[in-house]
Amino acid sequence: MADAVDVEAVFRSEYGRAVSVLVRFLGDIDLAEEAVQDAFATAVQRWPETGVPPSPAGWIITTARNRAIDRLRREAKRDERQAEATLLNTPDAPAEEGPVRDDRLRLIFTCCHPALATPAQVALTLRLLGGLTTPQIARAFLVPEPTMAQRLVRAKAKIRDARIPYRLPRDADLPDRLQGVLAVVYLIFNQGYEGTPELTSEALRLGRLLTDLMPDEPEAVGLLALMLLVDSRRDARQDEHGELVPLPEQDRARWNRELIAEGQSLVRRCLRRNQPGPYQIQAAIQAVHSDAATAEATDWGQILSLYDQLTAFTPSPVVALNRAVAVAETEGPRRALDLVDALDLDGYHVFHAVRADLLRRLGRDTEAVRAYETAVERAESPAERAFLERRRRELLRT
Amino acid sequence: MTYYLLSVVTPTDGTPPGPDEMAQIMRNVEAFNQELRDAGAWVFAGGLHSPDTATVLRPKGADILVSDGPYAEGKEYLGGLSLIRAHDLDAALEWGRKAVRAIGLPVEVRPFVDSH
Repeated sequence: MADAVDVEAVFRSEYGRAVSVLVRFLGDIDLAEEAVQDAFATAVQRWPETGVPPSPAGWIITTARNRAIDRLRREAKRDERQAEATLLNTPDAPAEEGPVRDDRLRLIFTCCHPALATPAQVALTLRLLGGLTTPQIARAFLVPEPTMAQRLVRAKAKIRDARIPYRLPRDADLPDRLQGVLAVVYLIFNQGYEGTPELTSEALRLGRLLTDLMPDEPEAVGLLALMLLVDSRRDARQDEHGELVPLPEQDRARWNRELIAEGQSLVRRCLRRNQPGPYQIQAAIQAVHSDAATAEATDWGQILSLYDQLTAFTPSPVVALNRAVAVAETEGPRRALDLVDALDLDGYHVFHAVRADLLRRLGRDTEAVRAYETAVERAESPAERAFLERRRRELLRT
Repeated sequence: MTYYLLSVVTPTDGTPPGPDEMAQIMRNVEAFNQELRDAGAWVFAGGLHSPDTATVLRPKGADILVSDGPYAEGKEYLGGLSLIRAHDLDAALEWGRKAVRAIGLPVEVRPFVDSH
């Protein structure tokens, strides 16, 4: 029996596929979205009676295509010449496999085109490939709904008016363009990590899609591995009061072994290929953490050498901050504090949290309390604030 | 085919290039224009005199007022432009990159309405 849940499930998994095929078919994103939404509305009415068709995606695509043709015919009565011209350009029935896979890839590259601002890239990707609604995206990014709606309208208008192409980048441009796509997916993941679980699953879905469609791109594999390994700790990362539990204090029995196994096997695949990049190295660092049965068993030497490699790729202050955490474990907190104090990251709450922890370990409690206070002020997530508050209180008590 | 305007964004208070540098830029621009012509993408191109030379006309009721320009003082001004034909934005951006390399200044790429 088909119920609303079935349609919802098909919607979540197939919306992007259907829109991408219809964009190619119609040459217009808005028309494609309308047609696909029409098709899902029809599915909600029909499937409870007829049952879910054997190929739900195929049914949606065919129905959307027919709806679009109907719509164009209706409009043809109003504006005959224009609609006929559109129909003349439409190819035959859309094939379901092969070209369809490429369509989704084309759509990702269109959504993440560097001529669009990053927030617009993120919003478009979630809207068109993930099928998230404008209110959902607005809520996830703490942006007023009209602002998000306008962002989407503006981005779609730019794609149309400036003729941002709907095709794969040339081989020469692919590495750069892929970096842009991966950055958008990782941004979505991190926003999910901050407390919007639907974005986390969407980022994982996109990550899997990219590795399916581009299995020879090691950084795409690396990003998926990184996300899986980080997500494997989801249940251990917060306690029952919603307070953040830092990695060394997490109950490792609550880590998701399946996600770890998948992530680690992807990391091994990357190692065999031996074309390292920033996402692969970050995944490898997470894999070392996942390997350790206890926090004390962590191979910090290996983590430090991976951070050295990462620094060679992306010498950013944030990477230096994370490297300093590894230095604290291998060479002691004093050496790490020197490295941290040399960084210009005052606006970043993690900088103050790391400093506070190092000061605490060095017995410099007054300074540590002050650093925790600054970290609390800068932290955005309630879970992190709660954790930092507790640490500060503990120091005041001693 | 879409028409795109490549605008050369020139800083108002930048040091103008010396004679040798200027000669090199002119040679680069000539080569760029030739490449556009050879590719069938060239429509029009030209450099503009400084904004001080501009005159502004504005409507005032039934009259039109004439005043010394420029219309707006800014940190940058339109130093030159190139009108090209390209299949899509990626192709236009490729020409834009070549323009930046030739001139050494930022270039804005903007589509014309309804030109394809």
